[in-house]
Amino acid sequence: MSKIKITFEKLKELNKSALIPFITAGDPSPKDTVSLMNTLVENGADMIELGIPFSDPMADGPVIQRASERALKNKVGIKDTIKLAKDFRETNKKTPLILMGYANPIEAIGVENFISLIKEAQIDGVITVDYPPEESKEFVKRLKKEKIDSIFLLSPTTEDERIKLIAKQASGFLYYVSLKGVTGAANIDINQVSENVKNIQKYSDLPIAVGFGVRDPKTAKAVSKISDGVVIGSRIVKEIEESNEIEIIPNVKKLMHSMKVAMDSSSA
Amino acid sequence: MQPYDLPDEFGHFGQFGGTFVAETLIEALDELREMYSKYKDDPDFLAEFHSDLKHFVGRPSPIYFAERLTKQMGGAKIYLKREDLNHTGAHKVNNTVGQALLAKRMGKPRVIAETGAGQHGVATATIAARLGLECVVYMGSEDVKRQSPNVYRMKLLGATVVPVESGSKTLKDALNEALRDWVTNVSNTFYIIGTVAGPHPYPMMVRDFNSVVGKECLDQMPEIANKQPDVVVACVGGGSNAMGIFYPYIEHKNVKLIGVEAAGEGIETGRHAAPLTSESKIGVLHGNRTYLMQNSEGQIIETHSVSAGLDYPGVGPEHSWLKDSGRASYVAIKDDEALEAFHNLCRVEGIIPALETSHALAYAQKLAADMSPEEVILVNLSGRGDKDINTVANISGISL
Repeated sequence: MSKIKITFEKLKELNKSALIPFITAGDPSPKDTVSLMNTLVENGADMIELGIPFSDPMADGPVIQRASERALKNKVGIKDTIKLAKDFRETNKKTPLILMGYANPIEAIGVENFISLIKEAQIDGVITVDYPPEESKEFVKRLKKEKIDSIFLLSPTTEDERIKLIAKQASGFLYYVSLKGVTGAANIDINQVSENVKNIQKYSDLPIAVGFGVRDPKTAKAVSKISDGVVIGSRIVKEIEESNEIEIIPNVKKLMHSMKVAMDSSSA
Repeated sequence: MQPYDLPDEFGHFGQFGGTFVAETLIEALDELREMYSKYKDDPDFLAEFHSDLKHFVGRPSPIYFAERLTKQMGGAKIYLKREDLNHTGAHKVNNTVGQALLAKRMGKPRVIAETGAGQHGVATATIAARLGLECVVYMGSEDVKRQSPNVYRMKLLGATVVPVESGSKTLKDALNEALRDWVTNVSNTFYIIGTVAGPHPYPMMVRDFNSVVGKECLDQMPEIANKQPDVVVACVGGGSNAMGIFYPYIEHKNVKLIGVEAAGEGIETGRHAAPLTSESKIGVLHGNRTYLMQNSEGQIIETHSVSAGLDYPGVGPEHSWLKDSGRASYVAIKDDEALEAFHNLCRVEGIIPALETSHALAYAQKLAADMSPEEVILVNLSGRGDKDINTVANISGISL
């Protein structure tokens, strides 16, 4: 069984939702990435999404795009991202690690090469933002062979037939995009999200994590009550961007802590 | 021989094309594909399209025999398809009229567009004004600086121009930003892409709307030249003017098709915008798989060309297919060669061509000199050069 699946099952027994923070590899500098990842885990992260920097991140908002630009300035691309992931694995064997990125860097280094590198780095899952199921059957098959989960996005506009199609290819969990827009966009409508998550559950037994637009502890808590996982990306990346170098770790710690406390509190 | 019927239902031209977008855009693309296939053969829609092309754009555009240029080169006869005489001064308007009419049929009150040099932005703003649609144009902040007359033109036409500060601040970043707008405002917004790139159905749809150019040539060439051309030459950035004139000729196997990319300062310098000629690797950008200028780890690299309209790291997927299948060939022309052809056409024929088009002219001239007087070259004169006079003057050391 995959580490991602085991983690969701354990949390479910405790009636808890997974806290899944996102950072971009190499932002603000490659030497910060592993310590930031450890900070995330020490402060409640149940799994980590690590972004692969890309020059043209179409589905991301300005905050994550700027993180990509900073990382690329530091010369961190897909290979260094995987190296950083591997460095993290040397300090942490347990926490599921998911890479999130775009198709072109993966194809540029070669799909076979990519898969063998991430296998060696013990990465647990991959989200390829611009690989819809129709264009990624072969890729998913090869990941499956290596027991690496393929995580797909679902959006508020995804129709029922398509939910079925995606759920069939996906493993690990389904990533529900809570709003029409890019990462870090406007506030979300929690009732709408709740309804859509329930609808997805009709077609799939996979855990459902919700992301894009979770910006404060209150929203994190509300989302955690209606889903199996809460992805927090732009809010953390923004904290990194706006902090002085020496304050990055303490500020991220504080932010993670506030999200975690809110998600764990049982009061309404 | 099997008729040419690409793309397939998923938008693939062999291994190229397709739909490489985030799930958030799939619904919008499904809707667009459905509506386009509903209207593309609809007699009412086509009547409206052709009526606007005739009365608003001024089609058909003439084909002109460039007699003095032909004499100067001393070889094949050179004919020019005068897309520069269209309303707004380029071929771009054919496609924007088609897409805007489709937006209207789909009940979308707002259109958005990306633009590099500003020609597609101006064409979109123009048709949006004509149809009473709200119009927002995304333009890299570097291009906003370089192309201020076109920015003002768009504003005069009632459009909002949004400068894009991300990435390299040029066309590709404007395209990224327009896609983000579309994802966010999908329900009331139609995205008018300006070239034969983007996810399916855009490469097919933009080609279809622009193929009015080549269809007219099929009728006009026998009249004016007593034969179909031996060679058709067109410049290629994203490749919409080239696809527009190539497409109806694909099945005319004895007509050679040649696309001319921007070699910038020279392919060997790396400062160019010629993914096909420079044998770049195949990759995925802006929703399709195609030849793409990128580094070894798949980051898109900055391009260079004297003409903003050719300054794009990718190329429409159908061109990648035509190259690999051998049906078309691709060459590249450097900045200085294009400028020389620009000045030459001004003086010899009394036509100021766009710098993009000047790349096609430069190659056609070289080619003509090596061909016989019985042979015929047809060049797509895709746009007029009024927009480029500041650039040309600057290079010549003249301040206007």
